[in-house]
Amino acid sequence: MCTVCGCNSSVTFDATSRHSHAGAHSHTHDHLHFGAGAAGVSVPGLSQARIIAVETDILAKNNGFATANRRVLQALGAYAVNLVSSPGSGKTTLLCRTIQMLGTAPLAVIEGDQQTSNDAERIRATGAQAIQINTGKGCHLDAEMVGHAMDHLAMKPASFLFIENVGNLVCPAAFDLGEDAKVAILSVTEGEDKPLKYPDIFTASSLAILNKTDLAPHCDADLATYEANLRRIKPKIDILRVSARTGEGMAQWVGWLRARQVEKTLGRPA
Amino acid sequence: MHEVSICEGILGVIEDQAREHGFTAVRRITLEIGAFAGVEQAALRFGFDAVMRGSLAEGARLEIIDLPGRARCYDCEDVVEIMDRLASCPRCFGERLLPEGGDEMRIKDMEVV
Repeated sequence: MCTVCGCNSSVTFDATSRHSHAGAHSHTHDHLHFGAGAAGVSVPGLSQARIIAVETDILAKNNGFATANRRVLQALGAYAVNLVSSPGSGKTTLLCRTIQMLGTAPLAVIEGDQQTSNDAERIRATGAQAIQINTGKGCHLDAEMVGHAMDHLAMKPASFLFIENVGNLVCPAAFDLGEDAKVAILSVTEGEDKPLKYPDIFTASSLAILNKTDLAPHCDADLATYEANLRRIKPKIDILRVSARTGEGMAQWVGWLRARQVEKTLGRPA
Repeated sequence: MHEVSICEGILGVIEDQAREHGFTAVRRITLEIGAFAGVEQAALRFGFDAVMRGSLAEGARLEIIDLPGRARCYDCEDVVEIMDRLASCPRCFGERLLPEGGDEMRIKDMEVV
């Protein structure tokens, strides 16, 4: 069920397309086969239990919606970023500053929070179009919510879509939204070992932004240790040192975005 | 606590399968969960009981098969099995490993009536 509007939309997709058999487990267990259980023999008095081999991703429905979102974005040539971080890392401030720096580039923003539309209002104050998703008790955005939000946005060709996920370093890692890249934002006040404590989200991210670098001298933050710990979790992760407040590193971040969008439009590395 | 969302995903698959195969109750369901899937099994079991209540899988037994994590070592360039994201390479003791598998979250099979 859709947690945005409560509808029971049914979307069909190939649930087996992401299925993989690479790995250690074998398929020789006899209980895997149809009809091998009690239902295979019809004995009066015995239950008619039978075994159904399912072999389906638990998140197949979400992945189906994510694929649909990706198709829409591809057709538009739009580049979508899923911004993930803990609460208070400075996602919205970074986004407001990014929108200013992107100037006239077409873009849209989807804001995810449990409650309030404060963030969407902050984004709209920059002149950009934004839609707020309130997840209620939900700890993450899912692809169906984002698909609904995209329907409500007038997305333009060759635009950027910024999806600001619910502030949470755990759950958003598992839910593909159809984005081109996850970008993790980590403020320098959070502790150098944060990538080690919450590895999933950093493994899933293409870029880590070390934000609030202007505060580093005031809280004895060791930026080199932050970077070493990020690379310990994901050796090839891109890392940028940024202060959305002073503007340090913002040009590199905007350059990263523009390069990825050109790559996507051309279908090859820029 | 996205384990409840995961259980809702499981229930969705069960309902699809019930329509396809025409069963009315699930007695047992077996999942395969990778070491890097980010799933807390105690929370999953708690959520499973709560989400399945009133459904055709109420009271079903939940079995979980653990799948190992796989990672590529950037030092010895081998693909190795590890159970912990912070583990070093069991071959060369390198510490630059990139997970390549182990994020599986699959429903394997179900016993139904």
